[in-house]
Amino acid sequence: MNDFYDVVVIGGGPAGLAAALSARRHGAGRVLIVERDRELGGILQQCIHVGFGLHRFREELTGPGYANRYLRMLADTTGIETMIDTMVISLTADRQVTVVGPAVGLRTVRGGAVVLAMGCRERTRGAIRIPGSRPAGVFTAGAAQRMVNMEGYLPGREVVILGSGDIGLIMARRLTLEGCRVPAVLEIMPVSNGLTRNIVQCLDDFGIPLYLSHTVVAIRGQDRVTGVTVARVDDALRPVAGSQFDLACDCLLLSVGLIPEVELAREVNLTLDGRTSGPVVDNRRQTSLPGFFAAGNVVHVHDLVDFVSEEGEIAGRWAAVFAAGGMGGEARSADVLPGEKVRSVVPQKYVGDGDHTGQCRFYLRVSQPLGRCRVTISDRTGRRLASKRLPVAKPSEMIEIDVQHSAIEIEKGPLTVAAEGV
Amino acid sequence: MDRQHKITCVVCPRSCVGTIAADGDGIKSVSGFLCKRGEEYGRAEVTSPTRMLTTTVRINRAILPLLPVVSSRPLPRDMLLTCARHLAAVRVEAPVREGDVIVKNILGLGVDIVAARDMTVYEGARFD
Amino acid sequence: MTADNREKLAVQDWPGRADVVIVGGGIVGCAAAMFLSRYKATVVMVEQATDLAMGTTKANSGIIHAGFDAPPGSMKARMNVRGNRLYHELQPALKYEVNFLGSLVVAKSDDDLKTLEGLLDRGRQNGVPDITIIDRERVLSREPNLSRDVRAGLWAPTAGVIWPFGAALAMAENAVRNGVKVFTGCRLEGFMLDRRKICGVRTNKGDIACKLVINAAGRWADEVSRWAGDDSFSITPRRGEYILFDKSVGSLVNSVLFPTPTKVSKGILVSPTVHGNIFIGPNAENITDKDDLSTTAPGMEEIISGARKLIPDLPLAAAITQFVGLRPVASGDDFIIGPSALVGGLVQAAGIQSPGLASAPAIGELVSEIAAERLGLVRKPGYVEENPDRPAFAELDSRQRQELIARNPLYGRIICRCETVSEGEIVAAIHSPVGARTVDGVKRRTRAGMGRCQGGFCGPRVVGILARELGLPLDAIVKEGPGSQLFFARQTLRGGESHE
Repeated sequence: MNDFYDVVVIGGGPAGLAAALSARRHGAGRVLIVERDRELGGILQQCIHVGFGLHRFREELTGPGYANRYLRMLADTTGIETMIDTMVISLTADRQVTVVGPAVGLRTVRGGAVVLAMGCRERTRGAIRIPGSRPAGVFTAGAAQRMVNMEGYLPGREVVILGSGDIGLIMARRLTLEGCRVPAVLEIMPVSNGLTRNIVQCLDDFGIPLYLSHTVVAIRGQDRVTGVTVARVDDALRPVAGSQFDLACDCLLLSVGLIPEVELAREVNLTLDGRTSGPVVDNRRQTSLPGFFAAGNVVHVHDLVDFVSEEGEIAGRWAAVFAAGGMGGEARSADVLPGEKVRSVVPQKYVGDGDHTGQCRFYLRVSQPLGRCRVTISDRTGRRLASKRLPVAKPSEMIEIDVQHSAIEIEKGPLTVAAEGV
Repeated sequence: MDRQHKITCVVCPRSCVGTIAADGDGIKSVSGFLCKRGEEYGRAEVTSPTRMLTTTVRINRAILPLLPVVSSRPLPRDMLLTCARHLAAVRVEAPVREGDVIVKNILGLGVDIVAARDMTVYEGARFD
Repeated sequence: MTADNREKLAVQDWPGRADVVIVGGGIVGCAAAMFLSRYKATVVMVEQATDLAMGTTKANSGIIHAGFDAPPGSMKARMNVRGNRLYHELQPALKYEVNFLGSLVVAKSDDDLKTLEGLLDRGRQNGVPDITIIDRERVLSREPNLSRDVRAGLWAPTAGVIWPFGAALAMAENAVRNGVKVFTGCRLEGFMLDRRKICGVRTNKGDIACKLVINAAGRWADEVSRWAGDDSFSITPRRGEYILFDKSVGSLVNSVLFPTPTKVSKGILVSPTVHGNIFIGPNAENITDKDDLSTTAPGMEEIISGARKLIPDLPLAAAITQFVGLRPVASGDDFIIGPSALVGGLVQAAGIQSPGLASAPAIGELVSEIAAERLGLVRKPGYVEENPDRPAFAELDSRQRQELIARNPLYGRIICRCETVSEGEIVAAIHSPVGARTVDGVKRRTRAGMGRCQGGFCGPRVVGILARELGLPLDAIVKEGPGSQLFFARQTLRGGESHE
């Protein structure tokens, strides 16, 4: 058994699929995808709603439809092996990847390069410390989504949803279509993090109320949830005395944030970015450890799968180049820093591109809601390398800004990405 | 008598809110939208709002018990729930290819319901 | 097999007669069952919950105290010191997870220093081995994240942390292996009495004639005792709230850290768990409802600010869950262990609050000796001391893992990603002597769902495995108690509309 692969991709979701195909296209002879689920496609398979692929395929696909595009490409490609129902249980700095699965047993493979594409996980009740009893019926929205859309079981019959991010909103509609009642969606912030389209089509269409600046202050029920106590919160997000009211329900879904799944990244001590919670990457998506690349939600939680695929392609391409011994130029680098009103930016490092043509795309999130504004990227000398005007910017929405590689002079780093109202 | 409709536009991230007055004969006035596309969206929302429908149907002999399906084009908004209920009782056999018609002309609405993904025959143990 | 069949089977198996009935399957009941299983006797343990160790045993600090807290001569002092020693001795045979990493009482003021001297003296009188007071530098070199205003610490190397459920289960499994019968979901409903002497128990599953009852009913021990005719004590539930932190911050502290106790309280502690997490807590609040396991916002604030006195830089973002434990506090404060003065055939093991976990094996040993003496029991030949190995994937080396998967491929399918728990372990936990029947039962036995995602990924998979292994529909699988179903079948919502 030949245990060497030019590129080993950990995770068979959108980032991993794009990375594997791209690695192959860029010359990697033998590519392996390790996926812990029994199917490829990752979280896309449970996101049955439409809204995927506008950038990439110029049409609005469902999640499974988007995944299907990649799975068909994979079927048409030789040289990519997949291990499904298989989990990576350890990783070493010299790129030994130990996997385990009922079919493969316990095996260690070696990668010329490794792409981390493990995606993200959901924040739980414990992470946000909701008081009360601990009955059955408290689920994260994504776990419930899988149960409803893939396994055919419902998490409850009367479902209160905490968190108005897109997953929460979409689950409100999904459960309503399944015959459940959704008495309320609660949002602790004064604004929803979800797309307006989802507020209209998932809540307004079905008469589901959205309570802004409200949160759950207690969960009730001994065996199964019987209700939640809700309170309005003040500017410091603390419950306002006397504002409490009870909502009867048998289920509470939590849509309270996603966190990059970085346990394997920690195993090889990759440098992590406290703002994104993912590994620090350069514009080639190489992490702090040469030969280790990362893409998709493990780097930073994306809004659009199209950009996850794009990031996967970048990582896959450079992983193939690294595996072939063709990497160079990364000795010089410029840090990319979040400036005024910017919370995070990816990539966090710029090392240039092989041929120095085309564009480099930076992704950022603003730190506060802005109206009409301008996003800029400048170097140390204050020279503006690119700028982009936006009618509105919200912390919940990722913004991309493109810069010509030819415009960037690494020695004039660091580069700073900033936003300003105009 | 005129009815005032407040419509939040979802076409772009500006999320502008327009006002449309209409009575039984049609739209009387439109105001507040920031662009032409918003205005068009607002008119459609008042006269004949439509939505894409995504849901699942049961499937036999596949790796999962459910097959995701999607409407071939938008359906009347007020028929979403009825169509979803109808589809909950549908059962198909693997294999299925993405785009296969699962229900033709659902409830006479002139819209097909099609498979959203491929599903091959799977004979192993299933989780249901 | 349907649920109905199971019920019938259980009743067919029903023992009409026993020498000893243990009421309560917490760690005290389990310890008593294990020690009694060394004798020639018919022993039955009944537990009202769907699983063992579901009361005070399930939710507490998980600490095997060294034994310097209780006043010399008290039952608490005696049991704690003996219990600590038994935990050291029993571990190789029973194979529960324990880590004797020592405890440190942290002193910050002159008053604290005086209290520390008192504790040292008390510990020596109680017979606690190897305790010493160490200076600020040694304290800080052991615990670099400790508050800088520490002055000294009382170091007790025999203290440890344990997984209380695991310890109780290990004892119960050993008891079952040696002939004890255990019934869960079996609620005591009354006693059969013959002139102030117990001659049997009535339960929801049937009656059992018996000679002696051990009352290990935890928070309900006062009620059980009263039913038999002994109302000499009452039990007040005292709520304690906890926050558990992720393993990623497991290096924050290296031993069990206590503040210097005050007259009122032992204080909020910060400690590693046996599994490498960190926890803080508990506060102490007397309540009236013996079923109230709710956490509260003020309680959380209290333990967070308490813990910050020890560890100022608390990584709150790494919190993974909160829980409540209820200690059964007896009127009179000390443990109540021994024959009832008012009713024949009743041996009390009541009021087992802190240091109850540390004391449990000693309490089990003591009540079994009392029972043996009263009933004239003799040791039985062929007692099996050792529990079989139960492989935990996460703890094996590569070769062991390979062998295990080759033997049973289910050990190669990782169900819980956070804690690396395989399907093989879950199936084994379901089919073991006191097997898991619920999702939380699987979690307590295997750790599946106990990690940072708190069952987000693996919860539904565990439900599916339980359904398959128990031959039940998926929507019959419960989280914990009856009525705590996790999922509903989709069709049930549709009424008559399904065409299937």
